[in-house]
Amino acid sequence: MYTPEDIRHFDYVKDLGFPGEYPFTRGLHATMYRGRLWTMRQFSGFGTAEQTNKRFKYLLSEGETGLSIAFDYPTIMGYDSDHPMATGEVGQCGVAVSSLKDMEILFDGIPLDKVSTSMTINGPAAMLLAMYVAIGDKQGVPREKLDGTTQNDNLKEFFAQKLCIFPPKPSLKLSTDIIEYCARHLPNWNPISISGYHIREAGSTAVQELAFTLADGIAYVESALERGLKVDEFAPRLSFFFASHNDFFEEIAKFRAARRLWAKIMKERFNTQDPRSLWMRMHVQTSGCTFTAQQPVNNVIRVAFQSLAAVLGGTQSLHTNSFDEALALPCEDAVRVALRTQQIIAYESGVTDTIDPLGGSYYVEYLTNKMEERATEYIDRIDAMGGVASAIERGFFQKEIADSAYKYQKEIESKQRTLVGVNDYTVEKDWVPMELLRVHPKVEEEQVARFQKMKKERDNRKVKEVLDKLHDETDKDRNLMPTIIKALKAYATLGEITEVLRTVFGEYRELIVV
Amino acid sequence: MSTERKIRVLIAKPGLDSHDRGAKIVARALRDAGMEIIYTGLRQTPEQIVETALQEDVDVIGLSILSGAHKVLFPKIMGLIKEKGIDDMLVFAGGIIPHEDIHDLKKIGIKEVFGPGTPTGVLVKFVQENTRK
Repeated sequence: MYTPEDIRHFDYVKDLGFPGEYPFTRGLHATMYRGRLWTMRQFSGFGTAEQTNKRFKYLLSEGETGLSIAFDYPTIMGYDSDHPMATGEVGQCGVAVSSLKDMEILFDGIPLDKVSTSMTINGPAAMLLAMYVAIGDKQGVPREKLDGTTQNDNLKEFFAQKLCIFPPKPSLKLSTDIIEYCARHLPNWNPISISGYHIREAGSTAVQELAFTLADGIAYVESALERGLKVDEFAPRLSFFFASHNDFFEEIAKFRAARRLWAKIMKERFNTQDPRSLWMRMHVQTSGCTFTAQQPVNNVIRVAFQSLAAVLGGTQSLHTNSFDEALALPCEDAVRVALRTQQIIAYESGVTDTIDPLGGSYYVEYLTNKMEERATEYIDRIDAMGGVASAIERGFFQKEIADSAYKYQKEIESKQRTLVGVNDYTVEKDWVPMELLRVHPKVEEEQVARFQKMKKERDNRKVKEVLDKLHDETDKDRNLMPTIIKALKAYATLGEITEVLRTVFGEYRELIVV
Repeated sequence: MSTERKIRVLIAKPGLDSHDRGAKIVARALRDAGMEIIYTGLRQTPEQIVETALQEDVDVIGLSILSGAHKVLFPKIMGLIKEKGIDDMLVFAGGIIPHEDIHDLKKIGIKEVFGPGTPTGVLVKFVQENTRK
């Protein structure tokens, strides 16, 4: 039980402030969800661009308010659909996008000035953003109207999501290219989504997720400053991405502490002047790793609690996982239930009627303080190691995360931690109320055929010219965005562009920490 | 001190996906149970995996995949194992593998497929009981 004793030194104005005021513990905006609900943004993508285009339109017609693209692994790793490494993977875990042609189909009938789009892409983020810009140009949408996010958080790839193409230094350079390009040309785009989600999914604790994400954030700010940008030119567009796990109050405290700690860091460490530079705008996704393959319908309930925590924590945007995701990519019926979960919270539960309803709770405020304290300790340790890059080289994050993951697993196996349907309350036969989504092997054939046809039909001389130019610019360490846009418009492929960068930057070799 | 050779296990990640949480937990659990573990790291081709298995002279291969490419990559791996004449090797798999695929995977020689939620104790026992002596 918690009492005023647990928040003895608590100062309302200093520690909480009003919503929309520093340090933003109670929320970024004065009116929060009374003024505007969070964006309901379902991460989706599978098969060909046609199939995903259809799913996008379905989701929008069901009340989704923002798009979020899941790319397949070849796309994420910068391989074209016909690359040998892509065999068996095309369209399996996301949509295959190898060239502007695929992107044109993906956004067919979707006006870019009417939607906001988030793209989960890191190594090749510049290429996918360039495709989006090219589509916008074709649709006649002014670039300053393009609204969306590229994940573009290459640092966490080295210890969490592990989809690295290039070594750390050029990876950070590419992230910074996008931050710089957006600051100058795409004022409505979030160039980066600094992500704790993958850190958590890889097995970290809530505190580690919070601390490592903010440490990454500091590294990006420093990198952009080194590039010669002024902090207020880019800081307002930095965005964040967290997981919402099972421990309800701990998660709420994490979101609140994250906002407060980031505001303090931006103010004290980086001396920002624009109040929006202090804002931590966040997207939250319910936690896929809490899902059980056993009794999968129970995952609906997990999602409901996790989403509620995100909303009570003041998120700007939310993805709710579909309950069949421990078994396959989500089918349409399961996705609808996930979206309905958000709508029920938004329109039925009443939690949006007031702002930060948990503000002042002894327990929540105590936990928020604890989260901030413990995350700050980690950030100090990372600073002492020389920052994120050296901590990665030492395997610090990798080891911390692997240890936490193993401990969590042991707790489940020793039943210190109950996992309903897995180590308790089990049944003989699971009930799965619908057919799972399968991506047909023909998808790969069709995609490869279309891709190779496109390559024959394009102006190959022009492609070579622009790729040579890109090689030159990469050598000279220029910002690569403008040339990548030109290359994609000439239908140079994702794989060809990545290959140019690979020859200059080299390829990342995984540091294995078990 | 026992002179008995420890069971040598290769934990391998074929395919492009990077979900290594499960593979690493399995690796640690088998190591804690006294086995010797070689972990390949991410994104290994079938050729690389079988080559490593040969070089490291392992008794067991554990394959972990969550990308959906198992239907293409597992048969390739099993084909190479046969080609190299090491098909008495114990091979098991884990990850996100739909139930209806398991039958086909067993037919090509994968002894067992473990889904999410499998206790590590079950794996340890399985490897101990099924490894060639």
